[in-house]
Amino acid sequence: MKKQAQALIRYAQIATKNIAMVATNVILLITGTVAHADSDSGVRVPLLPKYAQECSACHLAYPAGFLPAGSWQRVMGGLNKHYGTDASLDDASVKEISNWLKANAGTYKRVREEPANDRITQSTWFLRKHREGEVPANVWKRASVGSPANCAACHTNAAQGNFNENDIRIPK
Amino acid sequence: MHILTSGFRAIAGICAATLGGALLAASAYAATPSELLAGYVAQSGQAAQPARGQEFFTTKHGKDWSCASCHSAAPTVDGKHASTGKVISPLAPAFNAERFTELAKSEKWFRRNCNDVAGRECSATEKADVLAWLLTFKR
Repeated sequence: MKKQAQALIRYAQIATKNIAMVATNVILLITGTVAHADSDSGVRVPLLPKYAQECSACHLAYPAGFLPAGSWQRVMGGLNKHYGTDASLDDASVKEISNWLKANAGTYKRVREEPANDRITQSTWFLRKHREGEVPANVWKRASVGSPANCAACHTNAAQGNFNENDIRIPK
Repeated sequence: MHILTSGFRAIAGICAATLGGALLAASAYAATPSELLAGYVAQSGQAAQPARGQEFFTTKHGKDWSCASCHSAAPTVDGKHASTGKVISPLAPAFNAERFTELAKSEKWFRRNCNDVAGRECSATEKADVLAWLLTFKR
């Protein structure tokens, strides 16, 4: 109980931007119905070990909640042509990871839309949060960043599924 | 004499193929890099050539990337994924004890990466050459 109260306090401290959203999320937290990662929240889904092992071999194990189920389904169905590389896996691994992604895909409002090329970085919410006024264009060109897909370049705790604004450190 | 020699070669070939097959069947088990090399050499039917492995590793094969594009031309240091920027730990077993200790994992990465680099699977000879080259690096 004490733990839950602490989590609530931390949660409220973190999400100061949108009061309406905080209220909704707190209610969801109390009722225990939060099951999906939210980039602003401290609520995270533990990664399926197979997903972490296979996907983070090449890139951050992106939170399942960052794409809707339809996008994940296409990504998993085309691993032999995965954004320019062959990321093919054995059938059993594909099935295991697909089932987990389907169960944990984003269903909340802003992730419901399937982004262009099923890229998280083409999502409306991603583009809005990283627009010119927020992240200057030259930041993306730095060798230390390299690609918008390189979350951990600035989101220091991204590997743990934490995208809290307080943890952002933009490298030189 | 000729018949004897060719017969001997055939038997040696069968033995080599069986050894390769046995290694493939044991893919889920831990292995040493030397054992994996022996398997590839057996499949290849010729001695591995480290210099040829280095050549294969550091040159392009008709596509945008070489092995070195992500792994760096020096397999004793970290590389960086050419599109995601993720750090890739050294490939040379002496500098990274996890490398080439499981056949299924080595086969998975050869299959994918050879497709990215050469647009095809690598031959057992190419794999043997590259692994033999990686094993020349000592601490």
